[in-house]
This record gives sequence, C-alpha cells and structure tokens, in this order.
Amino acid sequence: MQPTLDLQNVTIAYHGKIALHRASLQLSPGTICGLVGMNGAGKSTLFKAIMGFVKPDEGQVLVNGLPVKSAQKRSQIAYVPQSEDVDWNFPVNVEDVVMMGRYGYMNWLRSPKPSDRAIVHESLARVELSDLCDRQIGELSGGQKKRAFFARALAQQSPVLLLDEPFAGVDIKTEKLMINLLMDLRDAGHTILISTHDLSSITTFCDQVVLINRSILAYGETSEVFTEENLSRTFGGSMQGLKGG
Amino acid sequence: MELLLIPDLLAPLQHEFMLKAIAVSALVGLVCSALSCYMTLKGWALMGDAVSHAVMPGVVVAYLLSIPLAIGAFVFGVGSVAAIGFIQSKTRIKEDTVIGVVFTGLFALGLVMVSKTKSTIDLPHILFGNVLGISDGDIIQTVVISVITLSVLALLRKDLVLFCFDSTHARSIGLNTGLLHYVLLSLLSLTAVAGLQTVGVILVVAMLVTPGATAYLLTDQFDRMVWIAMASGVFSSVVGTYLSYFIDGSTGGCIVVLQTLLFCVAMVVAPKYGLLATRSARKAPIEPPPTPNSGGFE
Repeated sequence: MQPTLDLQNVTIAYHGKIALHRASLQLSPGTICGLVGMNGAGKSTLFKAIMGFVKPDEGQVLVNGLPVKSAQKRSQIAYVPQSEDVDWNFPVNVEDVVMMGRYGYMNWLRSPKPSDRAIVHESLARVELSDLCDRQIGELSGGQKKRAFFARALAQQSPVLLLDEPFAGVDIKTEKLMINLLMDLRDAGHTILISTHDLSSITTFCDQVVLINRSILAYGETSEVFTEENLSRTFGGSMQGLKGG
Repeated sequence: MELLLIPDLLAPLQHEFMLKAIAVSALVGLVCSALSCYMTLKGWALMGDAVSHAVMPGVVVAYLLSIPLAIGAFVFGVGSVAAIGFIQSKTRIKEDTVIGVVFTGLFALGLVMVSKTKSTIDLPHILFGNVLGISDGDIIQTVVISVITLSVLALLRKDLVLFCFDSTHARSIGLNTGLLHYVLLSLLSLTAVAGLQTVGVILVVAMLVTPGATAYLLTDQFDRMVWIAMASGVFSSVVGTYLSYFIDGSTGGCIVVLQTLLFCVAMVVAPKYGLLATRSARKAPIEPPPTPNSGGFE
C-alpha cells in the first residue's frame, strides 16, 4: 500500500546548522502518529518541511504520491500550527474562519456551495461551537479558538492532517474532545501526525510514535517504541519519572 | 432667503471643472477607500505613506518621457517596496527605519528632479493635488486605474482577506502568498497615483488609511467594513471638493479634514469599539473570573 505521508531522507539546515538530519517516515491511512521530542528537537521544522514552508536541503516529501505543492492545491493535507499567527481583531467571525478550510474546493472567486456550508456547520458542530459561529474570532476563549481552527482543518476533509502541539494551553475538555475527534478521523482512514508535550496521553490514542532529536531516533508501534529507554535517549536522560506523569 | 440660497449652493455645479472634479474625487475616494481596508488590516499605513512619496521620481521621469504618469509611478512604487525588502533582509536595520530611509530618499530625489525641470511640472500640484484643474488625459488615467483596482479587489477579495488574516493557512492550501503580496503592493502604487492627483503626495496616505480605520471601528464584518469605508470615502471626497469651492481653500485639505472628522465621530460613538461604548463597558459590574477548566465550554 502506498503511504499517505512519505518523508524520504529529509534534511533541513538553517544557516548551515542542521535542524533535521535525514528524516524518513512512512505513514499509512488510518494512523495516528505522535511526534515526541524536546523543544528545539526539530518537531516544528519537520512540520514546516512537510508543508513546504522550508525547502529540504536533501530528500523529499510526498503526500499520496504527490509533491507537497500539488497535494496542498488538491486539499490533500491540512495543517494546524502550534499557535495561530493571526490578527485576533480581524473582522471575521468563527464561521468565516472555518469556511476558509473549504477554499480549496471552491472556484477561484471562492463562492461557497450549499455543500460547503453544510460541511462548515457539521465541522462546527463536531467541535461544539455551533452556538458561537457568529462571534468575531477574537471573542473566543483560548480553547474555543483552538477548536475553531481545528474545525477549519476538519472542513478541509484532507486525508492527511498535521497538528503541531494542539493541546498546548487548552483546557482539559477541549483536549479530550479533540482526541476523540482524532480517533474518529483515524477510524475513517485519515493519516494524522501530531506533536505533543503531553506524554501521558500518547499511549491512549497514538498508534505509532516518532521520537526525534534533530534526527529520527526511533519510529514504530507505540507499544514497542514508547519505552523508558528510548524516551531517555530522546530527552537526553532527563526523563526519570516523567513518563506517565 | 432660501430662494437666494439654493442657486448659491448649486453654483459650483454650473461649472464643468467642478463637476469633473467632484466626479474624479468621488471615484478616487471610492478606490482608495476599498484598498484602505486591506491597508489598515495588514498594518501597511507606513508602507502606504512610503509608496505614495516614493512614486515622485517616477512621476517626473514619466513626464520627461511623455508616458502616462501611472507607469512611472508604478515602477518606482513597486521598486521602492522591493528595495525596502532587499535592504531589510541584507542589513540589520529594522523595517520602519528602512522605510523611512527609502521613501524620504526617493521623495528628495523627486524634489531635485522637479526643481530642475520646472518648466513642465508644477510642484505644488504634485504635493497638494490639483483636482480642480485636472486634464482629460488624467481623468482617463484615473478611470483606468480605478477599474483595474476595483476589479482585482472584487475578484481576489476572499484570497486577499485570507492572506491578510492568516497567511500561513493561505500557504498551506497552496495559494501563492508572494504573488498576493505583490498584487496588493501594485494596487497600492496605482492608487497612490490616482490619489496624488486629487489630494497630492502628502495627503494620499490619508485616503489609503483613514476610511478603512473609520470602518474598522464600526463593524466586525469584512464586507460591511468595505462598504462603510467606501461610503465614507466618497462622502468626504464629494462634500470636501464642493466645500473647497465655497471656502476657496485646498481641495485635498478639505477632503482629508472631512475624513478625519468622520474618523473622530466613529471613534467616539462606534457602537462596540467607540470610546463611549468601551467606557460604559468598563463601568459595568465586573463578572467573577471563570473557574479553571471552564473557560473552554459554554
């Protein structure tokens, strides 16, 4: 079976300093893969490489067999960055934001069809924001904002979904809701790559784990890879007692 | 008394030059206001000021070569932005400083050039506009610029809004954000030329910022913001031009003073973001802070 997300020997260097060395990774449909590493280990760099925001110095990324740029234009990949770099006072409401997830399916005037509206409303319902769809985006709480942008990713209906630290700074209910939705998406055949600091939750919903520290240290089924020994390699021996905590 | 007043009030409309001036400034007001929404949201007020000053040498060169002013201005407008980007990426100077250096430098170059070609170009007309004496050729140019700008804004509206709001998402769905960036900058250069003839180089930035800022205080919906901005821009242009006839004062000055007055009114009385509204909101009883973990769900 062709992997939906295929990284082949991806190397990224910033100003001659290597941020990611020969990273290879093949994810199949119906997988949630957790990406674990310290700050500065290259997690965000890996995401940016997959999204084509930084150009690999070596290697390539394929999404459903397509180069990233083509995959993005065909709505094959959705990305939820760690923090939304947006102007929270911008005159858009929650529904407008989620509708932006449908642009890839629209004509170049971006005029929504009834089906686009239906998908937007369904996405809002899934993250329990239907009541707030008329709110200006900045009027939401932190957890609600995260759910709104998650709803936008849902509305993209992409087979591959990337989430960079989605649970950082959100309330526990939002985290649980998002984890349940991610498991639903996995069961529906989506491929999900998610980075998180919350090691305790990894074993509950990630099928696979990638341990990273400037290169991929270990990669495979969670039960085999997510071991005390591997984690201490990943975190440079500073992990005692942290796992499960 | 009233019988006497009405003919007086209509007097300006009997002059062809006044009718032309009112029509042109209304059109320029419309176009600049539409663009001003993107300028205010993108935080490009200083960039607007820079481009409108930097087009000066381009205007002079175009005069000397007898080509449309818009072409010379466009080249220098976009060129100045490219220069700003280049200097910023190659040196340790911060963006606002680079903008300050580049636009004053080009403006000064324009001044020198104008002063050496005095016979063909009237400096005050470039600095302060001359809509009352606008030539038919300049009217055609303004109409062409307006049609181009309004068409591009209408056709690319959703993509440009997404680019201004969340350029990361725009890139992640495969949009060419570099192209959108230069589309906005090109429109800025073009409208700067149009505005230059009405209110002049010095006040053009007001046309490109104030209506958007006024509208931004009044609504949370982008489409409504554009309509409010255009209404306030056209109103200020028409009434300002008309008033300038009676007080025999600067037309550009009158237009921009009116725009600023509208901004001040909006700043005070805007229903949600006005000073009065935010003041009464502060006086309202303080709600207890939410308990931890309840912030996410209502």
